[in-house]
Amino acid sequence: MTQLPLRAQLASALGRSAATLSRMTGRGDGSVIGGRVGLLLEPDLLRKLARDRKLALVSATNGKTTTTRLITSALLDLGEVATNAYGANMPAGHVSALSQHKHAPYGVLEVDEKYLPEVLDTTGAGVVCLMNLSRDQMDRAAEIWLLAQKWRRALAGRPTHVIANCDDPLVTWGASTAASVTWVAGGQRWKEDSWCCPECGGPLDRKDSFWACRECTFHRPEPQWALDGEMAVDPRGQRWMLDIQLPGSANRSNAVMALAVAETFGVPVERALPRLREVTSVAGRYTMVERDGRHARLLLAKNPAGWLEAFDVADPQLPIVLSVNAQGPDGRDTSWLWDVDYRILRGRPVFVTGERRLDLALRLDVADVPFTLCSTFSEAMAMQPPGRVDVIANYTAFQQIRSEFGRAV
Amino acid sequence: MPSDSVLRIVWIYPDLLSTYGDQGNVLVLEQRAQRRGIETETIHVRSSDPVPEGGDIYLIGGGEDRPQILAAQRLRKDGGLHRAIAGGASMLAVCAGYQIMGSTFGGEEGQPVQGIGLLDIASARGPARAVGELVAEVDSALGLPTLTGFENHMGVTRLGAGVRPLSRTVKGIGNGDGYEGCYAGHVVGTYLHGPALARNPALADLLLSWRVGQLPPLDDSRYEALRQERLATVLAD
Repeated sequence: MTQLPLRAQLASALGRSAATLSRMTGRGDGSVIGGRVGLLLEPDLLRKLARDRKLALVSATNGKTTTTRLITSALLDLGEVATNAYGANMPAGHVSALSQHKHAPYGVLEVDEKYLPEVLDTTGAGVVCLMNLSRDQMDRAAEIWLLAQKWRRALAGRPTHVIANCDDPLVTWGASTAASVTWVAGGQRWKEDSWCCPECGGPLDRKDSFWACRECTFHRPEPQWALDGEMAVDPRGQRWMLDIQLPGSANRSNAVMALAVAETFGVPVERALPRLREVTSVAGRYTMVERDGRHARLLLAKNPAGWLEAFDVADPQLPIVLSVNAQGPDGRDTSWLWDVDYRILRGRPVFVTGERRLDLALRLDVADVPFTLCSTFSEAMAMQPPGRVDVIANYTAFQQIRSEFGRAV
Repeated sequence: MPSDSVLRIVWIYPDLLSTYGDQGNVLVLEQRAQRRGIETETIHVRSSDPVPEGGDIYLIGGGEDRPQILAAQRLRKDGGLHRAIAGGASMLAVCAGYQIMGSTFGGEEGQPVQGIGLLDIASARGPARAVGELVAEVDSALGLPTLTGFENHMGVTRLGAGVRPLSRTVKGIGNGDGYEGCYAGHVVGTYLHGPALARNPALADLLLSWRVGQLPPLDDSRYEALRQERLATVLAD
């Protein structure tokens, strides 16, 4: 790697010191403050840190942190990889990640959907991985047709290679201005945001996994990679049993995306896949924690599509604790609860907690799902018989629960 | 109420206008009718399908700019909703769906777009996004308790002589003139998006009673607990 200019070196070093201080004083993992300090001293720091590295940017509504982790694991086969492992997915987090691994020739950066155009422009990343787009916290997230439109503009006229999920029509539309695309049939569980053609607004007809607009020519491109149940199918038609430890079909989809990205970087499936299988939990997600003989598996779900994925992972035989907050990072609007179909929980012992438990209580009542209201997570845990229990929480509720268990990862 | 005694709830264009929890209004109406022994039938009308005229309560929700424009074009061309309302059906129009009901609304670049003219209102793009909890006192003629909910829009709506304001805002922006929403006949428009009826069950009952007459009370403790928590938190802010 070429040497950074002196000013950028200083900015990068000071940012790392701020990050260390933040960690030592217990204020956070330091990845945002460190980057902010660096950017303040050298606004062009991200561009300078990104120069001469082979970068992949990862964006989607759901699965960003996990897929970033899976791709990172695969690329470690090639050498050192810089990554924002803790989900600090805006430019300050990217500066921090690249500063901490100054000599890493590779970088895998999780990028907030709204920031993708800016970060792509600044870093000139060679590879972009796009998984899904669905309704997210509307009071803080962007509208998704608009978002896909911005992706189109950002990708047009660049040499960037895109790996995109062609089972999501909006992602397909967002990716299709790129110079070259590897299409992955990664599946799409949540379909409520893609009944209409993003190109013309006409109805989308679906038959099995194929989709096409009834009124214009927009249709699902032919995939090179596919997820088929438990198997990944590569562009040569070879089938690979995924056998990863992360649970659920959403993670198998993330794994196929990661394999496709890894191959773009020159890591073949037989070398990448064993590395994906080593990943057991990502920033606390899917972690099993224990208290007084109760073993709770922690699942994060931030929006309706995320809840569908969490239900896919949760064990129907087990009791389930649901915790919902509405702080800034969660979105202050709980309307999304009404887009989640909770009827799947009928018949399980359900426990409701979190700062907005009354919103969730009414939602479950209208869905005819019986439940027990608990004022705290500890109270909900104390009501469990010894054994296993699933926990689904949205963002800050999840972090609060993690903190109770010492942020076990 | 139609003679076959099934209450028909028609959800218009969930494929275009259902950005955030709009389904909640459908579910709350179903529950409150069913718990009173009223059978319901819910029809989801996709934007490629004609709007049936035989419904009792029509619902239309919120959405992004492009789908909003498409929905307005299709509803104008279809005409089914106009005939249903002329025939006495009741309706709740929310956010983007509320703006569509007027003569005009702001498109994605702020350009005026023709609405469907079911309410005497005109909307345009406002100077800033209105995002947050809203509290409003309802027009006393309707006899409803305080309105509570969440708004998230960039619209400013001017009410004409043919409608009455639904409520006067205590917290939040609403129409942008100190009022929130409007009504005329059995058509109600509001910026309270998503599950507005979950936070305001009395408004759900008003829509129901317009079709089926007086309703027996329900155990509303779950609704009341949420309402009181929200109103106390928001008004203390």
